[in-house]
Amino acid sequence: MTSVAELPAGFADKVLSAQSTFRSVMDAMARPGSIQRIGSVAGTPDTMMRGTAAIALTLFDHDTPVWLDTRMSAKTDVARWLKFHTSAPIVADSSIAGFALVADPQNLPPLDRFAFGSNEYPDRSTTLILQVESLANGPTIELRGPGIDGSVTLRASIRPQDLFERLAVNAGLFPRGIDVVLVDDDAIVAIPRTTRLVRGG
Amino acid sequence: MNAPAYNFAYLDEQTKRMIRRAILKAIAIPGYQVPFASREMPMPYGWGTGGVQVTAAILGPDDVLKVIDQGSDDTTNAISIRKFFGKTAGVATTTATADATVIQTRHRIPEAPLHAGQVLVYQVPIPEPLRFLEPRETETRRMHALGEYGLMHVKLYEDIARFGHIATSYAYPVKVNARYVMDPSPTPKFDNPKMDDCPALQLFGAGREKRIYAIPPHTDVVSLDFEDHPFTRYRFDAPCALCGAGDSYLDEIVTDDKGGRMFVCSDTDYCESRQSAGHRGSESAAPHKERAHG
Repeated sequence: MTSVAELPAGFADKVLSAQSTFRSVMDAMARPGSIQRIGSVAGTPDTMMRGTAAIALTLFDHDTPVWLDTRMSAKTDVARWLKFHTSAPIVADSSIAGFALVADPQNLPPLDRFAFGSNEYPDRSTTLILQVESLANGPTIELRGPGIDGSVTLRASIRPQDLFERLAVNAGLFPRGIDVVLVDDDAIVAIPRTTRLVRGG
Repeated sequence: MNAPAYNFAYLDEQTKRMIRRAILKAIAIPGYQVPFASREMPMPYGWGTGGVQVTAAILGPDDVLKVIDQGSDDTTNAISIRKFFGKTAGVATTTATADATVIQTRHRIPEAPLHAGQVLVYQVPIPEPLRFLEPRETETRRMHALGEYGLMHVKLYEDIARFGHIATSYAYPVKVNARYVMDPSPTPKFDNPKMDDCPALQLFGAGREKRIYAIPPHTDVVSLDFEDHPFTRYRFDAPCALCGAGDSYLDEIVTDDKGGRMFVCSDTDYCESRQSAGHRGSESAAPHKERAHG
């Protein structure tokens, strides 16, 4: 059991680190498939990548119920770190989570376990933060949708391998749906609910 | 930064987090109005409190900020918001459209083409395009949920029945990404085509109505119309009296009480950069007159 003093640190400069991290996430969301870097440095508990930790410190607070997958919640480190730095409630029910942190995407639960939002309030949905193997190497994935000029190609090793097939539910559900942020160390790629797979994946 | 009593960019961090989450949802659902817990700002509603909150949530120390009001960099609203962020965030400000990374605007889109990496933040008074047709929020929300926009087409049709053409000249409704009907804020409909396939990110903030919405870059934005009454831009049929531009949106300026008037570019930066490039209009000061004042 670690004491609070032994927990990994948060941002050294809360204000400006959160701002630059947010801009990376905003650019990623506005330009799906593009790789954005997270420059801010923070301590990372155990199974969390740098990008995931920075996003958590930037966007989580007492208003955002957070769901952790089995690997994230295997040890109490992540939950304790999140609680200390962000005050975000950790919830066991993924269908009420604002954010879901997934360190072991191979065992990602079916997407309908998460919140899709309602037709009236499609913003009340879960944003998945998925730690992946690589956003630099791997099969070619071609995407199109708002934010993309024509189409964009991404080379990435992502598990589950059928992630984009699963995300195809977004097309039928729109405006409901699931937004995904893929994280590989300090690199992030966003796949909002409007993004469609052209080929690959 | 000479006001250490404030947090960077005025807003507290919890407020920024809340607004930032709303912005991310708004980008993910183009044209959908995300509710947010709008704060009181040190300026009255109607002066851009929504736009200011969005700008404060995205602004960083490396940004270069431009603020325009009806196209102009030098009106009271534009100057005070520019000074506000100069003081609370210490950011560099500019009037040149091409140099800005964040442009906050009231009711115009700059004439100079926007580029990737820029963010255009609109100040929005009434975000709900259906509000004057249906006052109940519960009903308009259901209409958006069902994609039921017949009422808006009836409104445009009534324009045609009454005036012979679509008389809506500003806040002209658009459909974003073939799904949500959206109010582009009271920009003249001249600006509507600039929103389509725009390389810059467009964010909209309505402070009093507590809504944030967005158009991601390269997104389809279509002005509503009919096959036999297609959407048209409107522009006074005259060149700018100061720079001679024949393609810019013009303001009408009354010059005397005998019906005299002149038309000048509403976008002051566009007009000034054309004048400095040597373009002249019918009312430009003659060179010798300028010397006489010198």
